[in-house]
Amino acid sequence: MASICIVAEHQKGKLKKATLNSISFGREAAEKLGAELHLLVIGNGVTGIADELKSFGATKIHLADDSGLEHYTAETWGYVTAEVAMACDAKIVGMSAGTTGKDLMPRVAAKLEAGMASGIISFDGECFTREMWAGNAVATVEVQTSIKVVTIQGTAFDAAEPSGGDTPVEPVSVSLPDTRTRFIEMHETISDRPDLTEANVVISGGRGMKSGENFTLLEDFADIFGAAVGATRAAVDAGWVSNDLQVGQTGKIVAPELYLAIGLSGAMQHTAGMKNSKVIVAINKDEEAPIFNVADFGLVGDLFKIMPELTEAIKKEKS
Amino acid sequence: MKILVTAKRVTDPEMKIKIKSDGSGIELSSMKFKVNPFDEIAIEEALRIKEAMGGEVVIVSICNEDAQLEIRSGLAMGGDRGILVMTEEDPDSDAVARILVKLVEDEKPDIVLMGKQAVDIDDNQSAQILAEYLGWGQACFASKIEIQESKARVHREVDGGTEVVEIDLPGIISTDLRLNEPRYAKLPDILKAKKKEIKQINVSELGVDITPKVVIKNFTEPPQRQAGRIVEDVAELVTALKEEAKII
Repeated sequence: MASICIVAEHQKGKLKKATLNSISFGREAAEKLGAELHLLVIGNGVTGIADELKSFGATKIHLADDSGLEHYTAETWGYVTAEVAMACDAKIVGMSAGTTGKDLMPRVAAKLEAGMASGIISFDGECFTREMWAGNAVATVEVQTSIKVVTIQGTAFDAAEPSGGDTPVEPVSVSLPDTRTRFIEMHETISDRPDLTEANVVISGGRGMKSGENFTLLEDFADIFGAAVGATRAAVDAGWVSNDLQVGQTGKIVAPELYLAIGLSGAMQHTAGMKNSKVIVAINKDEEAPIFNVADFGLVGDLFKIMPELTEAIKKEKS
Repeated sequence: MKILVTAKRVTDPEMKIKIKSDGSGIELSSMKFKVNPFDEIAIEEALRIKEAMGGEVVIVSICNEDAQLEIRSGLAMGGDRGILVMTEEDPDSDAVARILVKLVEDEKPDIVLMGKQAVDIDDNQSAQILAEYLGWGQACFASKIEIQESKARVHREVDGGTEVVEIDLPGIISTDLRLNEPRYAKLPDILKAKKKEIKQINVSELGVDITPKVVIKNFTEPPQRQAGRIVEDVAELVTALKEEAKII
């Protein structure tokens, strides 16, 4: 039977929440196409991740667990994904649009001679929609190959809830190809904060922060909510914060319950990554800043005075 | 090192686009164009590698005749020569990769350097597809590149930090924002660039099937957010978050 095959995204032995958003898309697509939902877990020592996915109502979980898959490379993971996609007669192969999905899925598409739609936000059974031009246009695209490859914009789909059931896990036997890429090392960003794409509250700073040290003003606020801290391209380019904190067209796309835009003007490049947040608060000394056009609540003034005051006021409110 | 580097002609990312009233496309007549910023970073990096190790930088664009300008701007930065693959249709990312396969077969570069995505259609696909078609390694989203004889050590910007990988050459590298700051072309170099060769090839001469696998049916405006209101002070903001947004 035809299937929708969703590749699980995980990091440091933990399932990424974006996988649950992708499963929601997978369920919806499976229903529309009358197909089964299959999940694929790739890695080394990832049985636990497959187990975690057993209660999401998929027909099958393919588990490619091999020491050669410990570190992601597009060549090995792409090989496995394409093999599984063909074996389970996949009509759509998808993964969340994180950096792994973005790197991997085009390679999978090429292997399958399939067309690919990046960062999809909806599927009507025939066409996908996705944003282009930094979110200033929504394109309806038709992938004309029989297998369609997608990356899924997590903010557009709710995180799937477990639906019970006990999906069987089927090991995938692989003989991995020789590769021309080798993993050397990972320089991890050390942070106790939630991932930007997983946080309910995000507070981002821009050029107005003036230095990396000043981001502690945002950290203090973030501590109250267990929030994630983000940044604009300008702040990342200036070296004030690490690159994976960038919110925007070319960084991360987030849609938290509450987004605070601090000392940032609201360039299109940035708003593309946060405009679907539920409530947006902007603090900026320039009352003409375009960020106020997308903010629910704007406060014009000096962030260095306002932020400590706001943090204190909210602390009081919450205690 | 011989480096093939792409220079896509894109609408100026600083300008707001307008969707045609029938949704069939983007209103391009009033737009300015420039080299895709990520490709500009790729060109800069190619030049730095050449300056350190010697070699040749070949700048490629796939477009109609207008993209002469984008290739010229890469040549003014210091590229050696250009190739313009002429097509009247916009090829999808897969077709771009298939065209580049042909050029790679002809030119036999050691490295293909490309921007990680074009800021118009935001696909982020061609480099990866090209790597698969060539059977080469890929190092995408590069923030640092070190060439060591027949290998490249590449720092990649990924979720959770920076990953270091090594790829065999020839190989494909796609560039992220933090790789470098592209230089401005100096006037004498702009003049010099006018004399550099740009080879024009019609896509039909390459014998590549560019039938798209992905077709854009139409464009619509994204839902617009209503601007909210300006609050006077922190107290009013806290009240609004509590009573209106019910967030605290």
